[in-house]
Amino acid sequence: MPLRAAPVSVLTVAYLDAASTEPLHPAAREALMTALDAGWADPARLYGTARRAQMLLDQARAEVAEIIGARADEVSFTSSGTQAVHLGVLGTLRGRRRAGRRLVVSAVEHSSVLNAAAVHEHDDGEVETVGVDRAGRVDAAAFAEAVSGPGTALACLQTANHEVGTLQPVEEAAAACLAAGVPLLVDAAQSAGRLPIPGGWSVLTASAHKWGGPAGVGVLAVRKGTRWRSPYPEDERERRRVPGFENVPAIVAAAAALRARTAEEAAEGPRLSALVDRIRHEVPRLVPDVEVIGDPVARLPHIVTFSCLYVEGEALLTELDKAGFAISSGSSCTASTLRPSHVLEAMGVLTHGNVRVSLPRGVSEGDVDRFLAVLPDIVRRIRATLGVH
Amino acid sequence: MWRRRSSGGGSAAETHEAPEAAETRQTRTEPPSDLMIDALGRKCPIPIIMLAEQINVVPLGGVVAVLADDPAAFTDIPAWCRLKSHAHVASYDLPQGGWSIHVRRNY
Repeated sequence: MPLRAAPVSVLTVAYLDAASTEPLHPAAREALMTALDAGWADPARLYGTARRAQMLLDQARAEVAEIIGARADEVSFTSSGTQAVHLGVLGTLRGRRRAGRRLVVSAVEHSSVLNAAAVHEHDDGEVETVGVDRAGRVDAAAFAEAVSGPGTALACLQTANHEVGTLQPVEEAAAACLAAGVPLLVDAAQSAGRLPIPGGWSVLTASAHKWGGPAGVGVLAVRKGTRWRSPYPEDERERRRVPGFENVPAIVAAAAALRARTAEEAAEGPRLSALVDRIRHEVPRLVPDVEVIGDPVARLPHIVTFSCLYVEGEALLTELDKAGFAISSGSSCTASTLRPSHVLEAMGVLTHGNVRVSLPRGVSEGDVDRFLAVLPDIVRRIRATLGVH
Repeated sequence: MWRRRSSGGGSAAETHEAPEAAETRQTRTEPPSDLMIDALGRKCPIPIIMLAEQINVVPLGGVVAVLADDPAAFTDIPAWCRLKSHAHVASYDLPQGGWSIHVRRNY
């Protein structure tokens, strides 16, 4: 078969899907290459190369702990953010079985939290879901009331929503949990490296590839004094919290990326946030019948989501791909799930024609200009195919 | 995964009242409408496009009933009403699955 050139060169594709995964940070690449040579041995052994690996692992743990506001011995590395959440939720529920079987979650948590909650429910546990307002923010008073219910073993709240970027009232939730004597699991997957980690958590989870680390590294921090018992068979690794041989080079790279990303954020955060403001302002001006969703102010610096009336979301993403934009959507109405996004549904906003633009570190202003230049015509053309003019 | 309760679960028909609507009705039986749009089997955004095309067929204050079974329509038709300043009156479960979603023309 003859080779055909792609319509748009790979070099000109604008990557605007950082919320799915952030490209590898240069600091992570450098640390990874070094650690592949220096940190490959089994950190649990006693010979020189093993002690070297252990030292690198300890150093990475101390760095991550400092940035997230934890003690080093509270931090374990998992094989993904999803695994950190599964272990955090199920392990705390198991550890607090005597306290009760009630789990409180927000309606807009990541699927890893809600899927762990479903396991708990199948296991005859009780799950209470707290709703959100039109901006996707959890009702802090309703959350406080839910956690004060008798037999509450655990409450879960994200720092910020992964689909619409809205920040959650974590500090209020933490105060309510403290008053009720209920541990709070905070899922910081979308904000770690971009915003300071709020205090008051009992269990904290995060994912390295969201901040520019490599894939395959998650963070699970369990505050001293929080009862936790592994839902897995016993294993000696990571303070008996996470099973399996640690990926030391990737963990070292993850820590390097977190350190670098956190240091850059003072300059990069406001820059990305200004670009997001521009998209939030310009899209409804350039495209008729668009709803920009999520909180305009109390939001992540890099995510903006909008829905276009009378447009099929998949068609929109496909056309944007052809025009050289790697972008995703919260909603996948017609794709594999056959269900609209649970986040948009809980918010009561348009679920079709949804686009989530999430800006990676270093994105150029020109990419945003070009996105705003091509979007109106793409939407117009898709609407025309459906007879909407 | 958190989901609202879907219809067709074998339970008695549920009525989903619009919280903003002033004249919501507490009855479980579906009141009459001025126009019925059959969008069963159609995926979003088609049911909404059909509604937008035909809302002006009914007189001011008239009610359009959209029959739809794409789960997105349950959220998206009330959202369309909000964006377009029409009123979502209520959504009634259909015995065969899906909903009859009532919209009042405001202008």
